[in-house]
Amino acid sequence: MAQVFFPRALAALIAGLPKVAECQAATVQELIATLDQRWPGVSMCLCATSADLRPHINVYVDGARATLATPVQATSVVRVLTAVSGG
Amino acid sequence: MSRVLLLVGTKKGAFVLEDDGSRTNWHLRGPFCDTWPIYHMMFDDATQTLYASGGNPWFGPGVWRSDDLGNTWSHSNAGLTYGEGGPPITTMWHLTAAHGALYAGADPAGLFRSMDQGQTWTHVEGLRAHPSRPSWNPGGGGLCLHSIVAHPTDPARLWVAISAVGTFASDDAGETWTTRNQGVRAEFQPERYPEYGQCVHKLLLAADGEQLYQQNHCGVYRSADAGASWEEITTGLPSDFGFPLALHPRDPNTLYVVPLNGADKGRFVPDGRMAVWRSTNRGDDWAPLTEGLPAQDAYLGVLREGMAVDTLDPAGIYVGTSTGQVFGSADEGASWQQLCTNLPPIWSVETALLEG
Repeated sequence: MAQVFFPRALAALIAGLPKVAECQAATVQELIATLDQRWPGVSMCLCATSADLRPHINVYVDGARATLATPVQATSVVRVLTAVSGG
Repeated sequence: MSRVLLLVGTKKGAFVLEDDGSRTNWHLRGPFCDTWPIYHMMFDDATQTLYASGGNPWFGPGVWRSDDLGNTWSHSNAGLTYGEGGPPITTMWHLTAAHGALYAGADPAGLFRSMDQGQTWTHVEGLRAHPSRPSWNPGGGGLCLHSIVAHPTDPARLWVAISAVGTFASDDAGETWTTRNQGVRAEFQPERYPEYGQCVHKLLLAADGEQLYQQNHCGVYRSADAGASWEEITTGLPSDFGFPLALHPRDPNTLYVVPLNGADKGRFVPDGRMAVWRSTNRGDDWAPLTEGLPAQDAYLGVLREGMAVDTLDPAGIYVGTSTGQVFGSADEGASWQQLCTNLPPIWSVETALLEG
C-alpha cells in the first residue's frame, strides 16, 4: 500500500488523522476519497472541487508534483505539503 | 456577578478578552483556532457555545466551536460547499444563531445553515438562485456575505447583506429572496440607485425588531419598513464612508458608527483623531465620542465586524482596530480605555455575557 505523509497542520485539524497513513488507491483522487472515508474532512481540506486540489496544497507522488489524476502505485510515497503561504 | 467576554477575531487566530466583572480589568487568552484567520466569532446564549468562522489559505473554509468558553476548540467544514460545478468557498465570514439554527455566510457569497451546532452544514440554496446572482461582482473585501439578520420572533424572516451586491430579505426561511436596496446610493455604479450592486458594509436590526440600519460604502441608512425603502442619515457625520455599525442593546434609536476619511483617502479615522460617533435619534443628529481615545497621530482603521456592544446597563461599547488595538467603554461611549494594544490585525469583535 502507498505511504501517505500529511502536513502537521492537517493532522492537528482532523481528529484521529495520523502523520503517516497507508492507503491503497489507483490515483491521487481515489486516495483522497479513501482517506476521507476513514477521516472525514480530508477531502474538503485538500480539494477545491472534485477536479482540483486547493491552490495552496501540493501533493507529490514519488517525488513528482501530482494532480488528482496522477497514478499511485502500491509502493508509492505520497507527500501532502502546504505551500509557502500567508503573511 | 455578570462578566463580559470579548471575542476578538484576528488575521492570526481567535482571542478572548475576559472581564473580571468591572469592565476595566481584562485578561487576554489565545490565540485559538490554530491561528487561522478568523473573520467572526459569536456566543450562542441558548447553548453556551462559542463559534469562530474563517478560512485558511491551505485548507479552505471552516467553522470552529468551543463548548468550554474557548479553552478547547473543534473544527468542521462538513457541507461547506456549493457542490459539483460550484465555485470553491474560501472563507466563512459571519455567524448568527437564531431559532435553534446556526447560520453562516460565505465568500463567494452564499448562506449556510446548521441544525446540529455547527457539526454539519446545508447550503440555503434560494439565495444563490436569485436571478441577480450572475451579476454579483466582488468588492475589495471579496464577494462576502457578511451580515445575517434574523427576526427575533419570526423564524421565517431573514435579511442578509453581501459586499458590493446589497441587501436581500426572505420571508420564507431562505427559500426565496428579494432585493432591499431602494434609496441606497451606489456612486461606483453607472446608475446611482440600482436595484442591486450597492456596497453595504454592515446591516443590523434594532432592539425593537423593526428598524434596520446599515453602514454602506456610500453613507449610513435607516429603514422602518423591513428594508423595503431606505433613508440616508449621513448628514452630521464627517464622512459617508465607514465599515462598522453597532446598535444599542435596548434603545432602537441609538446607533454607533466609526466614520473613516474616505474610500480613496486611506480609510483611517479623519485627521488622525479616533472617534466613535453616536446618534440617539435614529441618525437625525450625530455627536463624536472621544474621551480616552487617541486624539492625534492615530491613523486607525476599523473593519466591518470591528465594533460590538454588550447588554449590560449601561451598555458597553467595544472597538477593535485593523492594527490590533481594542478600545472599550463601560458607559455607552462617554469615556473609553484601551483594553489591548498589540494584537494581530483585528477583523471582528463580539461580546458574550456570562452570569454568575
